[in-house]
Amino acid sequence: MQTQHIMRSFDDELKYLADQIAAMGGYAERMVAEAVEALIQSDTGLARKVVADDAFLDEKEREIGERAVIIIGRRQPMAADLREIVGAIRISSDLERIGDLGKNIAKRVVAVTEGKQPVRLFRGLEALAGLALTQLKEVLDVYASRSVERIGFVRDRDEEIDAMYTSLFRELLTYMMEDPRNITACTHLLFCAKNIERIGDHATNIAETVHHIVTGRQLPLERPKEDKSHKIVAGPNSS
Amino acid sequence: MNAIDEQRRKVAKENGAQDAESWSASMRAAMRRLLTRRAGPVVADEMPAGTSAIDDLPAASLAAAVPDPLYVFNRNAEILYANEAADRAFGATVAGGSLRLKFRAPEMHELIAKATGGGEESVAINYAERVPVERAYRVVASRIGKDTGLFVLLFKDQSEARRIDRMRADFIANASHELRTPLASVAGFIETLRGPARDDPKARENFLQIMHNQTQRMARLIDDLLSLSRLEMKPYTKPGGRVDIVQLLDGVVESMRHLAGESGVTIEKALPSTPIFVAGNSDELVQVFENLLENACKYGGSGGRIVVSAEQKGPMEEVRATVRDFGPGIAEEHIPRITERFYRVDVETSRAQKGTGLGLSIVKHILTRHDARLSVKSRVGEGAAFTVHFPPLPPSPAASQDS
Repeated sequence: MQTQHIMRSFDDELKYLADQIAAMGGYAERMVAEAVEALIQSDTGLARKVVADDAFLDEKEREIGERAVIIIGRRQPMAADLREIVGAIRISSDLERIGDLGKNIAKRVVAVTEGKQPVRLFRGLEALAGLALTQLKEVLDVYASRSVERIGFVRDRDEEIDAMYTSLFRELLTYMMEDPRNITACTHLLFCAKNIERIGDHATNIAETVHHIVTGRQLPLERPKEDKSHKIVAGPNSS
Repeated sequence: MNAIDEQRRKVAKENGAQDAESWSASMRAAMRRLLTRRAGPVVADEMPAGTSAIDDLPAASLAAAVPDPLYVFNRNAEILYANEAADRAFGATVAGGSLRLKFRAPEMHELIAKATGGGEESVAINYAERVPVERAYRVVASRIGKDTGLFVLLFKDQSEARRIDRMRADFIANASHELRTPLASVAGFIETLRGPARDDPKARENFLQIMHNQTQRMARLIDDLLSLSRLEMKPYTKPGGRVDIVQLLDGVVESMRHLAGESGVTIEKALPSTPIFVAGNSDELVQVFENLLENACKYGGSGGRIVVSAEQKGPMEEVRATVRDFGPGIAEEHIPRITERFYRVDVETSRAQKGTGLGLSIVKHILTRHDARLSVKSRVGEGAAFTVHFPPLPPSPAASQDS
């Protein structure tokens, strides 16, 4: 760990912040991927590791926050530099939340895998996680390369994640109605799916922050919201 | 003027103590190490330093010639150079961009820290990207020269090995699932026979018949699984023998007459009178056509007839062998998937016909080994044609003697 890093210039300080964001991003990506893997493979050991990894993100978020405050106080940055620093604070808190959501998925592994669950329960979740992870990777790549022209994709994919989440919600509900023994696992899986959907939202937040850092403008407010799961009911006609 | 030369100057200026000349010498040495590691020690022996052309090559052109992704970076993990393979695999980079931002995985950060922290000359890890496509690499970070302050990061693609591992794991999961169903059924009937049906001879006879069918199904499944895993043990080595496909098809048709008769199907042969040779293993190809004919009888038997044909349009044209049935046909959406393991167009029919869900997987696997491929043409209501396309046999002196 490079906490006793000696600061030479303002540029170095900004680079250091970006590198810390990168480290957090790497952890967050790995946590989400491993949490879902642990769930699908019923791997409680891996799940414990994910839970432990979350401490790193908490610590880093604090460190970035403190350092950002020191930089602002000492350097009095303006315009792009200020956006960069404030953006780092915001991104780090989104990443920390993503870590929490990943941790929450990992914590449910034991409950879900208590009885042997059929593979089909996990198929939709795996696909949903794939979408969210791609989303997260994409926005962090945009942060690294500053190529904001790719941000349009990110918002589109958010819509895709929401649609997928809605369909997964319906599917899990069907399994519960088919066989009450599925209820425990499916309830946990519903929360996992919701967590993954939230991860997608945080990724979209990061994309908006990056857009603001690079261009100085906010993205238009109207944001796609396709989560229609609040309308789904377990009625006799739903299939 | 390319980026690395500019960077070279910049770095040389920064390092002060050493001039561009000594940097480029050590860079060359490092690149040579890199290359000889890939090509074996022979190159180093045959080309003593100072006498060969390699000393005059610019480092960038050497790095560009490396087919695997390669980055050159400095102590601050700033990317100074990325070769074309790197751009292709991981997207373009700007000179001076942060390597830590590019590769965020915790294990990569550790690797970079270890490499730049001094100590070992080179460190290696396994690195995997999960999305959007799964890719796995062996990554080596090495110091370039003694004190250039430069490092090289080299990626070796291992995705294929990883995919095969994954395929195997999936397969085991599928297989155990397929075996569990008949096993549960047998267990259930044993329980019934011990309990409620103990003194009911009629039910007993009935149940024993069902159990017999289920155990046979398990036996067939195990047979198919074994032959599939045997095939997987020896992948991509092409069988060396020569087979007369006309004679082979003739033999297979004769051996299948019995089954065809049971299904009420007649098999017609449309085979040429002269032999057609293809490269292959005769036992494995017999299995291919037995499976295809068996499928035609089972699932296309309602058409009443099956046509087996073979043709080669010219001496250097591909050889085609076709099994055509006139049954219900296969719907369009199923055709791309029917060679998947345990994929069944219609589970009920498959179970009734004692299918294992592995027949076409085995066919596809054998054909891949033979450099041949399977094509399926079908329309609902008009039957299906399964055609095997073999590459033409290269002309050899032995061929004229045999034929």
